[in-house]
Amino acid sequence: MVLEFFRKQKYIAVQPEPVSRDIPEGIWVKCGRCNEIIFSKELDKNCKVCRKCGFHFRASAYERIAMTLDEGTFKEMDVDMLPVNPFQSAEYEEKLQAARKKSGLNEAVVTGEGALQGFEVVIVVMDSTYMMASMGTVAGEKIARAIEAAVEGQKPLIIFSASGGARMQEGILSLMQMAKTVAALDKLEKAGQLYISVLTDPTTGGVSASFAALGDIIIAEPGALIGFAGQRVIEQTIRQKLPEGFQRAEFLKSHGFVDMIVARTELKSTLAKILELHLRGEN
Amino acid sequence: MSATLEFERPIQELEIKIDELRKFSREKGIDLTNEITILENRAREVRGAIYGNLNSWQKVLIARHPERPNAYYYIKNLFTDFIELHGDRCFRDDPSVAGGIGRFNGYPVTVISHLKGKDTKENLARNFGMAHPEGYRKAIRLMKQAEKFKRPVIAFIDTPGAYPGMGAEERGQSEAIAKSILTMAALRVPIISVVIGEGGSGGALAFGVGDRILMQEHAVYSVITPEGYASILWKDSSRNREAAEAMKVTAQDLLALGVADQIVPEPLGGAHREPETAADLVGKALTANLNELLGIDADILVANRYKKFRAMGNLDGLIE
Repeated sequence: MVLEFFRKQKYIAVQPEPVSRDIPEGIWVKCGRCNEIIFSKELDKNCKVCRKCGFHFRASAYERIAMTLDEGTFKEMDVDMLPVNPFQSAEYEEKLQAARKKSGLNEAVVTGEGALQGFEVVIVVMDSTYMMASMGTVAGEKIARAIEAAVEGQKPLIIFSASGGARMQEGILSLMQMAKTVAALDKLEKAGQLYISVLTDPTTGGVSASFAALGDIIIAEPGALIGFAGQRVIEQTIRQKLPEGFQRAEFLKSHGFVDMIVARTELKSTLAKILELHLRGEN
Repeated sequence: MSATLEFERPIQELEIKIDELRKFSREKGIDLTNEITILENRAREVRGAIYGNLNSWQKVLIARHPERPNAYYYIKNLFTDFIELHGDRCFRDDPSVAGGIGRFNGYPVTVISHLKGKDTKENLARNFGMAHPEGYRKAIRLMKQAEKFKRPVIAFIDTPGAYPGMGAEERGQSEAIAKSILTMAALRVPIISVVIGEGGSGGALAFGVGDRILMQEHAVYSVITPEGYASILWKDSSRNREAAEAMKVTAQDLLALGVADQIVPEPLGGAHREPETAADLVGKALTANLNELLGIDADILVANRYKKFRAMGNLDGLIE
């Protein structure tokens, strides 16, 4: 029974029909919820949210940064930092290469500084196209450095979480990144600096149980899956199907674990309003 | 012994023979001391050979051994005047987590621990040591009290992981674990964490942000169970032996990785063979570490703890 959950469906390889040259690839996308066919430039313009049903497509790290920060203000930190393979596993090395190719990123986390409607902030964005944004040693290191930059630069911190959890291939060292990032947040707390945690689809496992849960203000995107244990694991444990909406953003809000649910199209202005309310030494 | 591990069979066979000889000697009044001594020596040799060469999976089995002393055993043997305190003041008392105050070497301390049961019935009541959010919140409450009254915290880790259930999610398992980690990172009194069995995932780390992380010789500590690792990464949970090797889960591995600070020796054949000796050895290690930590100023203590966890995973300058 356990294995069935993990078994991949087998597909027959079919040669694709040659695509007509008049329609470049990726110009249309289908909504994951309402099946509406959307012009992809139109989707990008609407922050990757379906205009018909409000479904939030997953955004890449750089898309997120473009949606959030003022144009041309983003300065990336630790851009060249590459993941480590502490146990020299060939299997893991292969996965890292594949993830890099797929996402165009060196790691699952992009960090840096920039301005949001003029407010200077430190920003951390996790990208689920890179190994489901699992947190390994280097992802943890980049996040800890970003938090320290917020402490030192006396800037508010915004983290957009998305993650399947700890990166198992790095064993116990990945678990320790939870402690590392949380300990860094304690410094931010003591510095009296604002931390806004934005939970995006999906935020689970070790990331949900560390820095993502500790924002002064916690915002979730509509419909985002947020929780500690994976749904399959819970279903196996309790031997029953989980109800619709379990571990979704709306569920977390009604149980008191997020402050607000904000549609992505309203997110930048909401963040700006919160930042403005936390301005210090004025009025 | 009711639960013999597969690889302990050769020892068990010798022990059965020794018992038979003893019985025979008693009943028939024949002196078989020499024969028994020879067999006893042989059993010790075999045990030494087996236990000196355990692979990672065998260690996992010892760490999960049903007769392995649980946290209550160490609490009863190492602390005097122990008073157990209950509840998170929000929802309920989680029986998977125990905590309280007592004296260690005469010095007042706070104890928090995961708690597995000693038999199936108790394990059902204690949820096999898998805590709900209220368990972590009870521990957080007791740790903050420890800080208020300037008592060191001793944390025993022994859990397969935090409980993956509906109620646990509804009540904020993630938030509870994150807050426990934060509380420990900031706590202004000494913390010693001791892995006494299985240290599983975030549920274990919730008690693991100590100034010292001690691991018993045959304890294990990992990001996920070997079964979980095998089933997620290889879609084959039967490859648990391989997974245990690949993940580096033993006390010896964790010492080499700089996660564990010290290995606490166990009696030959594991803590369950001679629990009293095992408790003695844990007590000695706690004494030595606590003596080092007690004199340290709180600011320096917290700063050192930060440095320790900040460096986790940065092996030999792997990162820049």
